[in-house]
Amino acid sequence: MGKNPKIIELEDVVVKFAGDSGDGMQLTGSQFSDTSAFVGNDLSTFPDYPSEIRAPQGTIAGVSGYQVHIGHKDVSTPGDLADVLVAMNPAALKSNMKWLKPGATIIIDVDSFDDKNYKKAEYTSNPLEDGSLDGYNVVKAPITSLTITITKEYGLDAKTADKTKNQFVAGILFWLFNRDITIGESFIQKKFKKNEALVKANIAVLQGGYNYSETIEAMATTFIVNPAKNKKGLFRNISGNVATAWGLLAAAEKSGCDLFLGSYPITPATEILQELASRKHLGAITFQAEDEIAGICSSIGASFTGKLAVTSTSGPGLALKGEAIGLAVITELPIVIVNVQRGGPSTGLPTKTEQADLLQALYGRSGESPVIVIAATTPGNCFHFAYEAAKLSLEHMTPVILLTDGYLANGSELWQIPEMKDMAEIHPPKVKDNQEGYMPYIRDPETLARFWAVPGQEGLRHRVGGLEKADKTGEVSHDPYNHQVMVGLRQEKVDRVANYIPEQEIIGEKDADLLVIGWGGTYGAIVSAVKELQEEGKSISLAHFSHISPLPKNTAEVLKYAKKRVICELNLGQFAMYLRSKYPQYEFTQYNKVQGLPFMISELKAKFTELLEN
Amino acid sequence: MKENTDFAPVLTPQDYKLDSPVKWCAGCGAHAVLSTIRNSVPETGVKKENVVFVSGIGCSSRFPYYINTYGFHSLHGRATAIASGIKIANPELSVWIVTGDGDSMAIGGNHFIHLIRRNIKLSLLIFNNKIYGLTKGQYSPTTPKGSITKTSPEGSIEEPFNPGELVMGSQGSFFARVVDTDVKMMKDVFVQAAMHKGTAVVEVLQNCVIFNDDVHDNITGKDVKEDHQIYLKHGQPMIFGKDRNKGLILRNNSFEVATIGENGITEKDIQIHDAHSGDAVRHYNLVRMDQPDFPLAMGIIRAVTKTVYEDMLHEQIAISESKTKIKCMDDLLKSGNTFEINETTP
Repeated sequence: MGKNPKIIELEDVVVKFAGDSGDGMQLTGSQFSDTSAFVGNDLSTFPDYPSEIRAPQGTIAGVSGYQVHIGHKDVSTPGDLADVLVAMNPAALKSNMKWLKPGATIIIDVDSFDDKNYKKAEYTSNPLEDGSLDGYNVVKAPITSLTITITKEYGLDAKTADKTKNQFVAGILFWLFNRDITIGESFIQKKFKKNEALVKANIAVLQGGYNYSETIEAMATTFIVNPAKNKKGLFRNISGNVATAWGLLAAAEKSGCDLFLGSYPITPATEILQELASRKHLGAITFQAEDEIAGICSSIGASFTGKLAVTSTSGPGLALKGEAIGLAVITELPIVIVNVQRGGPSTGLPTKTEQADLLQALYGRSGESPVIVIAATTPGNCFHFAYEAAKLSLEHMTPVILLTDGYLANGSELWQIPEMKDMAEIHPPKVKDNQEGYMPYIRDPETLARFWAVPGQEGLRHRVGGLEKADKTGEVSHDPYNHQVMVGLRQEKVDRVANYIPEQEIIGEKDADLLVIGWGGTYGAIVSAVKELQEEGKSISLAHFSHISPLPKNTAEVLKYAKKRVICELNLGQFAMYLRSKYPQYEFTQYNKVQGLPFMISELKAKFTELLEN
Repeated sequence: MKENTDFAPVLTPQDYKLDSPVKWCAGCGAHAVLSTIRNSVPETGVKKENVVFVSGIGCSSRFPYYINTYGFHSLHGRATAIASGIKIANPELSVWIVTGDGDSMAIGGNHFIHLIRRNIKLSLLIFNNKIYGLTKGQYSPTTPKGSITKTSPEGSIEEPFNPGELVMGSQGSFFARVVDTDVKMMKDVFVQAAMHKGTAVVEVLQNCVIFNDDVHDNITGKDVKEDHQIYLKHGQPMIFGKDRNKGLILRNNSFEVATIGENGITEKDIQIHDAHSGDAVRHYNLVRMDQPDFPLAMGIIRAVTKTVYEDMLHEQIAISESKTKIKCMDDLLKSGNTFEINETTP
């Protein structure tokens, strides 16, 4: 038995798991985050995986990662740099060195650190001997060989035995974070409940990792991260894509309109289709279409019959759906288009994050084609924004584009579970059978939404279509003045949505020296940077937008008083262009990043500090 | 859910008439199809509010504006996808797609084959005039090779599609061919298409009086039609001709045209049409028959029983709903791993 190590209490800690895409790092990472949630830590996670399913083993291209940020304090991003890195091979080590904090703990599977793998990772010298790891706390654990020894007596085949080595890693972390190992054991019992041999082997390996750590005295210091101090209630760990799917299901339940999702698999949006396909028990209808176009068109058909119609996609798919969105605009049928943004253009960086579809969402269609555009800001609140997208679409009879991104979609966070009774009511403007004088383009005077009669209803037969329609009657019309009236009405209908969305919030003083402006999925990093600078006494505030089209009514007021304004976004300045077009009276500077990666808090702080000083 | 045909009041063509003017060219074959549809739909026994017509873009696709049902005039090539969504979302509706050879075979070719593969229960009418009419006379995917059109001034160099072949290749359950000049044949086939359990594709050989006049003359001409068409009916011998003395026989497992009374051929040698046979090869051969060696096959060539997409989907939903413990959103939100966080210190 080793000596009792020194235990340090941490406010937060970032752990990165990295290995071959076949090493099960996503699983190890999510098990660690579930355990963290179980012990009450706040948390945020982000997987980082290559677009190849199994790139050549041992190479940099094949490294798959999973980052977990846990906290006693509030955690709003997966963290800039890691305190602990688990590297299952040299390639995983090499590709993650630049994301480590000084003095970080590096746990390596020393069994895979051999000349063959150094070569594959393109190391010219042995990193364990060349001094490149000086200053780090390196734990050289023989993870593979010890796992094989432990599993021998359980009669597993070599492949299955190899797969249990992530439990060895888990065991090390249980020890490193002073956690009760029985939590891990019960997770294993739940996960493999149908296979007793696997339960026993995995638990033995987990204990093996724990005991190994205790014995070797390689980790002089261990950590405790206490339960989240600002959280109280019932929580779950949820990813952006699942939260999006659930928000849509919730809106279907509340509105009484069955959910119909027509979609085509595309990274990083596919999980929404998969999740809803597995929710038939809640009445969800999913249709895996032959292409993106059929995905949205089938949904428009479903909308015509009175369903809550949804299609989900990513950037290139949104481009393919453009024509059909125009059809939904002119037929004034409700539909939610979820665009999980990724690096573009074209196939671009399918597994990476970006915010470069904003202008496509706003303007990427023929003709005057206004839609509502809203953007989720955290993995968990994808639920609320998907719900709001559905509510606005149904109540205002207009397409809504919900923008999320690869970072929100695949990332997860500790999320407080809402009660359905607290969710806002949803009242689509449906009409009763045989309503006297029904015409398809008579409108609600407040919202300008047209009324929704659906096939099967008596006395309401009518026709819709892509040709311009006469105001009120809905007859085909080529009348020039009618066209102007209808174009105006469709725009005005979207503009009036500003009366139904919350005002824009400012975090901080409205007359701060620097007003930081962001939108969508960059919230976590931006709000962390701004709050840290506020705590340092800087005059800085944040307006982070979710409602893009229309903008909140008080937007001009929000922008007015700051001495300087900087717009931060993961593109070349699309929201900046949009705000400049709406508010030419204000000056904006920009901070843009287009690397397929989220903002780091540190780089934002550096930029803001520079702007505050000059 | 099934299409609701119970207790439907007796309807007449008048129930489906709209006051708005029909804007097809005078002499266009589409007029005859429209009036035949108005005559056919009442015979399907469907409540008039449950009938939906969906179309894409092109001359044929103005159809929904001329019939008093729920209607959706949609995007070029996409009527099939939109109609799929309508039918899957509400299987009680009786859905018709009206499309043309450009709309369904060119820009909508992908959706066309996938609709058929899934066997969603609806009727699809292809108005095949073998030309782009609304854009004024370019060749279409069904235009015969060598045709001089505005975009093929030296003659088209593309092999045309035969819609029936695509239906067979997509494992279609129903294919029929009719001609716009034979109202009785159209009505008979349209009603049976509407009753078919699955995707029923009807190719309507249609005349474009402006850009492709008389394209089907060799089939529909008064003096040749008896000899150049064979009207197939399930369970009946495949006989044709002005004198009803020609028929299809099998030789070396292939169809041949034979004359009854010649070379020892009797009526017994004439093959019986089996539209319900699972053997798609036989139907494929019938679909491919054409002048000058064969008469063109008309009527219902194939009508077989297959599982229907939306029936299976809604059955899966019903089973899932009955088996689950997660009955509502609150159940779902609290399912699986949840964590109660109460303490501010360990």
